[in-house]
Amino acid sequence: MNAITPIAPATTPNDWASDQEVRWCPGCGDYAVLKAVQRTMPDIGTARENTVFVSGIGCSSRFPYYMETYGFHTIHGRAPAIATGIKLANPDLDVWIVTGDGDGLSIGGNHMLHLLRRNLDVQLLLFNNEIYGLTKGQYSPTSQIGTKSPTTPFGSVDRPLSPCAFAMGAGARFVARTIDTAQKNMPEVLKRAHAHKGTSFVEIFQNCVVYNDDVFAKFTAKKAAPANQIWVEHGAPLLFDNGSKGLRLDRDRVRLSVIDINDGDVSQVLLHDETNHLLAQLLVEMPFGEFPKALGVLYCDPAPSFETEVHVQNERITAGRSGDLAALLSKGQGWDVKPARGPNL
Amino acid sequence: MATAFQTDNTPQAPADNLPHPEAVVVRFAGDSGDGMQLTGGQFTLSTALAGNDLSTFPDFPAEIRAPQGTTFGVSAFQINFGSIDIETAGDEPDVLVAMNPAALKTNIKALRRGGLAIIDSGEFGPRNLAKAGYAVNPLETDELNDWQVMAFDISALTLEAVKPFGLGNKESLRCKNMWTLGLALWMFDRDRAPLIDWLKGKFATNPVLADANIAALNAGHAYGETAEIGGPLKQYHVDAVDAPPGHYRTITGGESLALGLVAGAHLAGLSMFFGSYPITPASPILHHLARLKEFGVTTFQAEDEIAAICSAIGASYAGQLGVTSSSGPGIALKGEAMGLAIMTDLPLVIVNSQRGGPSTGLPTKTEQSDLYQAVYGRNGDAPLVVISARSPTDSFDVAIEACRLATQFMTPVMVLTDGYIANAAEPWRVPDRKDYTPFPAHFTEEPEPDGRVLPYARDPETLGRRWIRPGTPGLMHRIGGIEKAIDTGNINYEPANHQAMTDIRKAKIDGVAKYIPAQAVDVGNETGTLVVVGWGSTYGPIRKAVQRARTQGHDVAHVHIRYLWPFPANLGALLKGFDKVLVPEMNTGQLKTMLRDQFLVDARPLNKVSGQPFKISEIEAAIAEMLK
Repeated sequence: MNAITPIAPATTPNDWASDQEVRWCPGCGDYAVLKAVQRTMPDIGTARENTVFVSGIGCSSRFPYYMETYGFHTIHGRAPAIATGIKLANPDLDVWIVTGDGDGLSIGGNHMLHLLRRNLDVQLLLFNNEIYGLTKGQYSPTSQIGTKSPTTPFGSVDRPLSPCAFAMGAGARFVARTIDTAQKNMPEVLKRAHAHKGTSFVEIFQNCVVYNDDVFAKFTAKKAAPANQIWVEHGAPLLFDNGSKGLRLDRDRVRLSVIDINDGDVSQVLLHDETNHLLAQLLVEMPFGEFPKALGVLYCDPAPSFETEVHVQNERITAGRSGDLAALLSKGQGWDVKPARGPNL
Repeated sequence: MATAFQTDNTPQAPADNLPHPEAVVVRFAGDSGDGMQLTGGQFTLSTALAGNDLSTFPDFPAEIRAPQGTTFGVSAFQINFGSIDIETAGDEPDVLVAMNPAALKTNIKALRRGGLAIIDSGEFGPRNLAKAGYAVNPLETDELNDWQVMAFDISALTLEAVKPFGLGNKESLRCKNMWTLGLALWMFDRDRAPLIDWLKGKFATNPVLADANIAALNAGHAYGETAEIGGPLKQYHVDAVDAPPGHYRTITGGESLALGLVAGAHLAGLSMFFGSYPITPASPILHHLARLKEFGVTTFQAEDEIAAICSAIGASYAGQLGVTSSSGPGIALKGEAMGLAIMTDLPLVIVNSQRGGPSTGLPTKTEQSDLYQAVYGRNGDAPLVVISARSPTDSFDVAIEACRLATQFMTPVMVLTDGYIANAAEPWRVPDRKDYTPFPAHFTEEPEPDGRVLPYARDPETLGRRWIRPGTPGLMHRIGGIEKAIDTGNINYEPANHQAMTDIRKAKIDGVAKYIPAQAVDVGNETGTLVVVGWGSTYGPIRKAVQRARTQGHDVAHVHIRYLWPFPANLGALLKGFDKVLVPEMNTGQLKTMLRDQFLVDARPLNKVSGQPFKISEIEAAIAEMLK
């Protein structure tokens, strides 16, 4: 440590907890995510005062109140737009966006699209519980077909959106997926998201105990997990179910298939390449059931971030000049009106 | 009188033997592809360089290139200039330049009886006549007998003038507007040199086009000088206006507002963040600011109106001066975010360049029908400051004032301007920085004296809260749109707290009235029979109408309100000093209703929503009616 490059003082998870009482429903998956984030922040090592959590509206969007950082709980769907202003105004701030499937992909879908396209350097945590919690249980754009809710008493008929597929299509350069209860894996995903310069899109499967309990149980339940989760790792073979199964690329049809691993022979198994856009798309769009749920850092291929490009251009254009206001005001063809001639002394 | 350009009573100046009218109104009208706005703009520059006072009114269709020759594709540019103070673009043109039958058809009725129509007869073929809805050629009937008509084949004369440059027919005809401009320069005894310099610069990469346009300009000028026309085509000289000494330039409302924002941010000691989304007629402000990066301006073309204001709020939260700009439809979309800025007590400037509404309405036409929207148009009790610009040059000072109020009171401030002001130009005496007192913004960087962090503690005078930038050590806190506790800003749903916070938000904005100038009377006395009250771009016609009524001996005054919310503290008492109150507005009576509500005065409306500014004569007539 030296005086020239100040390093944030070491912190503990408790240092990142605000004095505000947490008000999610007992058993809500949000608690687990909050815990994981507070546990990971000391390892990430940024200063609390340089950290800003920005959120929209919904259960997950209460998140900033519980972090001992700067926080802005904004309006429904608009957190990416507010964060864009914050980051452009002060690129040194470490900005996190917390949103949900309704906030981020329904009312705020347009902002999400443009945030990802521009590649603003922020971490975006999308808590996906496939339901509107705070408005009491209506179906959401990620709800499965047939979801019964107060607004769809006979089951929803519209097709759901895959958040990660949306992110890939919008041009995201970092896409990861994790589960609220995955306390072992989530810190690593969060650290990778933070380390990535650009928009880091992290979908978190989050269980809503009140309105959509166990909607992800088919792959999150302890017994179901090994056969239905595949945690990817850059450069490692795509194996799951305790190494008994793997993913293979069917080259003729450019699609993935599940193969059994016999005698530890992984030669047919695809290696994960997180810089491969096509592979990431295949992984996020694997139909669940036939395939496991792909988790971890699915895609990471950095590109210049928006606020950096804006500031680089500003500096190039101004080249250290500071504006001359008087010259600006009198720009263009002008004329002078001379004072009327006074008495001839 | 602004329309004194009448040859029979024009005083003769012995020196140059030319008539010297006090003021002249000229309208250039043609197809939207004819370059009429460009012609008007350059004639304006020439007028300004001649030292005349002036006011312009560009009037163009919403379609970029409407079908050629049609009446709805006509684009017009009107300029009023004189050796006296000019406040409006003029009620009726003295001279109409009509480049085709459609332009004649749509504009001739506006021309003063006896005024001069200069017409390109080369465009009066059967096809164009039919498109304009003329069954017979009006140049060959007595249809135009009320006016003096000079019709000649400008198209052929232009083709002849640019022949040596070997351009195609279409390109050659594009020089027609410069030919016309040359003739207009001759008519008003103007120097061609600045226009020639401008053409050389504009076509620097294509010298042939530059030469062709210059040749057309010179040919138009020579035509006036040498052709044995006689008749109504005469040369005139409008003297320079008696203006205060200083350096002058012409400026449109859009540019003036943009420069005022830059100056305002400088006076506050802040960088400016301008988040906007393209919309007519507000876009020029974004265009101007996008080029001013060296002034600490960051512009952001957002994905939509909502993102535009939200990004500006984010920037203000981070310690810059957030500004957003739009027109009525976009302002409607921004409403919820304005509530957030009010709830979080953040500075924000919102510019509304009003246009005809509702819905898409009349995108390129002017109106001032967003006053209710500005003052009342949000959910909840959501007060903010509303101020208005009355002219292109006034926009500069109004923008600075918006920056001052936003940063001193930690509040959104809405600036109302309109399509007329945004596009119109007038001479501007370039101000000196020394004319303006800085109002440095203050950031809180230490806890309160008792060691607590209270982002919602307030300045006892302004009631503005602490502005704490993220990045400030030891002052971490959370804010948001849910009701805040009165000092910590934490979430608070308690009844007494919401009552107190609502009261504070109201008191803060009401209190702004103590920090703005008292309402002055623009023309006339402090008390009397009739006061004509206006706001925004009706300033010119109201002022002129009141001046004329007073010349005729009527006891009339003009009050023009810049501060629309809160109103100046003395406004109610001032209005009550008059027997009658007349409120001309380009809406169905919004200020009238507000004045009645706030002051229980019997304000009477005069309303016009045709997309066109008021004529002086219309307000004069209403004044006469009120005084009956």
